[in-house]
Amino acid sequence: MQVNENKDFEPVIVAFCCNWCSYAGADLSGTNRLNYPANVKIIRVPCSCRVNPMFILRAFQKGADGVIMCGCHPGDCHYTSGNYYARRRMTLLFSMLDYLGIERDRTRVEWVSAAEGAKFAATMNEFVESVKKLGKNRRLEDLRCRKQ
Amino acid sequence: MLMMSMDKIDELFALIAQNQALYIPADNKDGAAEYTRWSEGVKYSSALNTVRSAKDFFFPQTENLVDFKMEGKNIEIIDIREEAEDFVLFGVRACDAKSFAILDSVYLTDPVDSYYKTRREHGTVITMVCNKPSETCFCSTFGIDASQPGGDVECSSDGNNLYFEAKTEKGKAFIETISSLLTEGDASGAEAVKAKTKEILAKLPLSGLSTEAFGGDKLNEHFNSEKWASLSEACLGCGTCTFVCPTCQCYDIRDFDTGHGIKRYRCWDSCMYSDFTKMAHGNPRLSQLERFRQRFMHKLVYYPANNNGEFGCVGCGRCLAKCPISMNIVKVMKALEVK
Amino acid sequence: MQKAIIEKAKELLAAGTVNRVMGWKKGDFAYDSTPAVFYNAEEIDSEFVYDEFTASNVSKYLIKESQKEGKILVFLKPCDTYSFNQLIKEHRINRENVYVAGIQCDGKLDIEKFRTKGISGIQSITNNNGTLTVETIYGTETVSAADVIAERCLSCKSKKHVAYDELIGEDGEVIDSNRFDMVEQLENMSAEERYDFWRSQLSKCIRCNACRNVCPACSCENCVFDNPGSGISNKAAADSFEENMFHIIRAFHVAGRCTDCGECSRVCPQNIPLHLLNRKFIKDINELYGDYQAGEDTDSRAPLTNYRQEDCEPSVVHERGVE
Repeated sequence: MQVNENKDFEPVIVAFCCNWCSYAGADLSGTNRLNYPANVKIIRVPCSCRVNPMFILRAFQKGADGVIMCGCHPGDCHYTSGNYYARRRMTLLFSMLDYLGIERDRTRVEWVSAAEGAKFAATMNEFVESVKKLGKNRRLEDLRCRKQ
Repeated sequence: MLMMSMDKIDELFALIAQNQALYIPADNKDGAAEYTRWSEGVKYSSALNTVRSAKDFFFPQTENLVDFKMEGKNIEIIDIREEAEDFVLFGVRACDAKSFAILDSVYLTDPVDSYYKTRREHGTVITMVCNKPSETCFCSTFGIDASQPGGDVECSSDGNNLYFEAKTEKGKAFIETISSLLTEGDASGAEAVKAKTKEILAKLPLSGLSTEAFGGDKLNEHFNSEKWASLSEACLGCGTCTFVCPTCQCYDIRDFDTGHGIKRYRCWDSCMYSDFTKMAHGNPRLSQLERFRQRFMHKLVYYPANNNGEFGCVGCGRCLAKCPISMNIVKVMKALEVK
Repeated sequence: MQKAIIEKAKELLAAGTVNRVMGWKKGDFAYDSTPAVFYNAEEIDSEFVYDEFTASNVSKYLIKESQKEGKILVFLKPCDTYSFNQLIKEHRINRENVYVAGIQCDGKLDIEKFRTKGISGIQSITNNNGTLTVETIYGTETVSAADVIAERCLSCKSKKHVAYDELIGEDGEVIDSNRFDMVEQLENMSAEERYDFWRSQLSKCIRCNACRNVCPACSCENCVFDNPGSGISNKAAADSFEENMFHIIRAFHVAGRCTDCGECSRVCPQNIPLHLLNRKFIKDINELYGDYQAGEDTDSRAPLTNYRQEDCEPSVVHERGVE
């Protein structure tokens, strides 16, 4: 496994957050004054099921070092079943990325409810740390987008 | 005639590579030949031809033209062209060598394409006489003689010796740089190779294919032919034929948003694609029949009309070998020439 | 086989059951047939061909053909019938306008394999019980059919026809094939090795789109890669990301719908083993959500338009296999 030598490296993390749960969860962690790293860029989606596999790849293309998708706990989807479909989709996509040799720790799915501000902060802290260890995304990078 | 033992071919490559980049056909892991930059250990492939044509070296599939950087309302234009390096293209077959002349007539006539021109000026083309043409070869249909491939230097090999003949000033200068490996010898060896190639060419199954029914003045005869419908009905609309073709020269220019600037690049286009020549007003060729017809009419009618009767095909046979549904220019010509 | 097929085609045309026939038309050489539609007995007699090289899966052409006036007769190999069923399921083919004759298939030959053996100048190929005599302008060569059989036919998944109105020849069985062996081999490599393997393969891509255009599951009217509004349309494999992106998305868009007919790998001019991407999805679906064969029936829900509450979590990817 690739191990990052650069201790100052700050990864760019893209988090797709469902409007009905984790997005509010992120809000709650803020109002509770819990810390999570500024590396995390949140993109609000109406449901985790809105996340197209292409979104994940595009995030990597435009410079993300890790991508996390957060949705409602299984059974709690605002639209009844969106997260169940999303779960299958992301499982297959992540498995494919792993198959192509992309580091598996760069992708993650986590279920975070609107009440779980603490879980949101903890998840993000943990994810940023694990991506930090991997270093810069090189295997799924678009060289044209690299900042000189 | 200048000659060299084939045993010394690696020495020859090493000598050429001292001064400039050298590309030779080499077999990849799957056993298919592709142009590879020579370095120690890369072996010359005796394969008849590479899967992709040699046009990439002068007209690459994608090429960055210019960068833009935007800050506020200012747009900075950045010329990204770098110093081009001299290179030698070794082992080009007669068909591909002829294709450069066709590309030249497109890119070196006014307005001259400076990206293309720079590459042409830096490249030296060393051709190789074909020893084992395939059933898909039909270069002779377009007046190309595989035993006289041309280029800057013309080579032929009988397996034991490699014979050299400079064809241009650039070729003569090149021969000077490798003269330490060459000896003066009898021309009969090279003559024998060429005679044998000629003999094989006459035996090829497509050797009788004629261009008589085609040319710049045959537009009305073929454009509305009802045969296009059945010829094009199975076409998948993929770009295989155009992307393995040594003479297809259409390109598209696009902008890529990098997030912190714009990269303007050009890439090969294919007349088989649904968005070919799509413009603000729409697309003039809406059906696959029209796009399919465009490809063959271009090579057999429009191109000769604009280029003193020269055809836009060199008969390399790549599209015959690679088309997923085996529809190709030979089948089109055979169908259209029947009244 | 060809004789029986031609007889059947002429019989159904004469009876008026169908008004045209989809099949394969002879080419200039021994191996280059083209899918074609035939309208009368004369055309069929002079140009129809069915042999070891008529490899095209013609089911996709039925999307267009079945919208036309009248019924069309089509000859489908066992693997083609799966594609056909899948298209029926997706409401892409008007079943009423198609008469399917299932035809027996004993595996197709791959002309590329002849070429890698150095055989050139082919004039004719005759098959004598598995021994091929190849006449070339450079002399006669003998090849064993087993050595030149198409890659996809080496791991044939089924000789059974899953959709037909009539059968010509024998119907076979679903085969317990070894088609996932190579996927498994790759899974057991290290991430580093897998990355190198796929880089060396996908970097050959010339983005000709043949894999997409031939695929019976890729039947969108306007592909996301051709749509300038999608933000990802591109005509060339401009860099390594584009190559990865195109092939991941191409395979993903047919995940759960791909019947594993193998056309993508057959048509690739650069011989990229694209079926290994599709098979990875099929293998994962089988392992994680239960065995599923796309095209086997016309009414089951596809794995990606279905779910169970107790489905595994995406973290399963982190827990299994080699890192």
